Amino acid sequence: MRLTIVVLLCLLGAGCSSVEPWVKPYERANLSDPIMSFGRDPVSSAYMEHVYEVREGARGALGGAGGGCGCN
Amino acid sequence: MGVVVVTRRLRVWGLLGALSTLTITYAAVLPEDRADLLYHYYSGGGVTISGPSLLVRKQVGQNFSLVANQYMDYITSASIDVMSYASPYKEQRTQQSLGVDYLNGKTTMTANYTSSIESDYKAGTTSFGVTQSMFGDLTTVTLGYSRGDDIVGQSTDPTFAKPVTRQNFQLGMSQIFTKSFLMNFDLETITDEGYLHNPYRNVRYSDGGTGYTLQSEVYPNTHISNTVAVRGKYYLPYRAAAEAEVRGYGDSWGVNAVSGMVGYTQPAWDDWILEFKYRLYNQGQASFYSDLFPYKDAQNFLARDKELSAYSYNMITAMASYEFAKGGWSFINKGSVNLSLSHFQFDYRDFRDITVKGYTAGNEPLYKFSSNVMQFFLSIWY
Repeated sequence: MRLTIVVLLCLLGAGCSSVEPWVKPYERANLSDPIMSFGRDPVSSAYMEHVYEVREGARGALGGAGGGCGCN
Repeated sequence: MGVVVVTRRLRVWGLLGALSTLTITYAAVLPEDRADLLYHYYSGGGVTISGPSLLVRKQVGQNFSLVANQYMDYITSASIDVMSYASPYKEQRTQQSLGVDYLNGKTTMTANYTSSIESDYKAGTTSFGVTQSMFGDLTTVTLGYSRGDDIVGQSTDPTFAKPVTRQNFQLGMSQIFTKSFLMNFDLETITDEGYLHNPYRNVRYSDGGTGYTLQSEVYPNTHISNTVAVRGKYYLPYRAAAEAEVRGYGDSWGVNAVSGMVGYTQPAWDDWILEFKYRLYNQGQASFYSDLFPYKDAQNFLARDKELSAYSYNMITAMASYEFAKGGWSFINKGSVNLSLSHFQFDYRDFRDITVKGYTAGNEPLYKFSSNVMQFFLSIWY
């Protein structure tokens, strides 16, 4: 129990301190490549999401249009 | 008769939401200035829907980006619903949206309004969102809210006007894990209240013999759903990307669904990008759904909408993009021409094709159909 409290306090402390990015901005070349976008063409993504909405009983959390790294 | 069976009439807001949904980025930057002109074509199950969509985005000053969209559907429907209860019809829908993004430091705020008009359904949706980039831009958190106020009409009764109110609550997070791997997490709760069934659609019940009789469907006046989705994308050791998605859904009508998608993106020959996707979807039926009720008014709520039945579909997509003017030309920074083809196969487990004659009620063959989707679009960045 005591160990759990210590671990939680450590995690809490870590959460309040500034986080050093483990992937530096200059290491994000791959992520900023357009092929890494979840929906690199918003007009097309929006249309396909509409097709899914129309053909599925489920709805929501389709990701929306857009995406991308925005690292440039 | 403008019979609209495509249940989805009542889900028009879904498309509204698609364009008004928050754009998730992985750092606090405004979206790129670009314009897209798309022609879409859907054919399957007796339904043909086609039309253009124009999306234009332009940054204004250092902190604002405006976006506008005009989208049209030209619908010709002889779907199984229409052929079961009515006559084929033609319809047109026009959707317009206008939005603004405001960037301030690591925070982006968005606002969007979308209207959709067709002869017997009008929808207006207002969306707001805020996106915060944090932890050295490794994490992006998004909160979104949208509200839609719709009016359901009926083509045979000009005085018929029933309101529907829709609200979407969205929570999203994007996380960069490594220099080649990122993930998105999305939660969305949607609430609907008002006239939620289709004024044209019927259910059927046994006549006590080998036939059946029709009566109007009856839905609850409220509908609440929760959806969670997890997506991941990985940059392969060579220039290509692999992605996967899992999405789970449950609602107050008893429908549960799960879908999965895998995709692969491969640049080729300097100017081309090829993309392939496979999607699988499976859902259970609503608690008040039945293909054939035992007698009239068998229960308080009655549905025979095939999208509320138990079914599954498989989808494959292939897309090719050709990039041009990559070095810039006139006011254009670059451009692309894109063609996307998708094929769907739907298989229903408890929805029977009552247009097939020669069977007793409840013994007709189970319904199945395939459909094809084509998108052709031109994009320019400026």
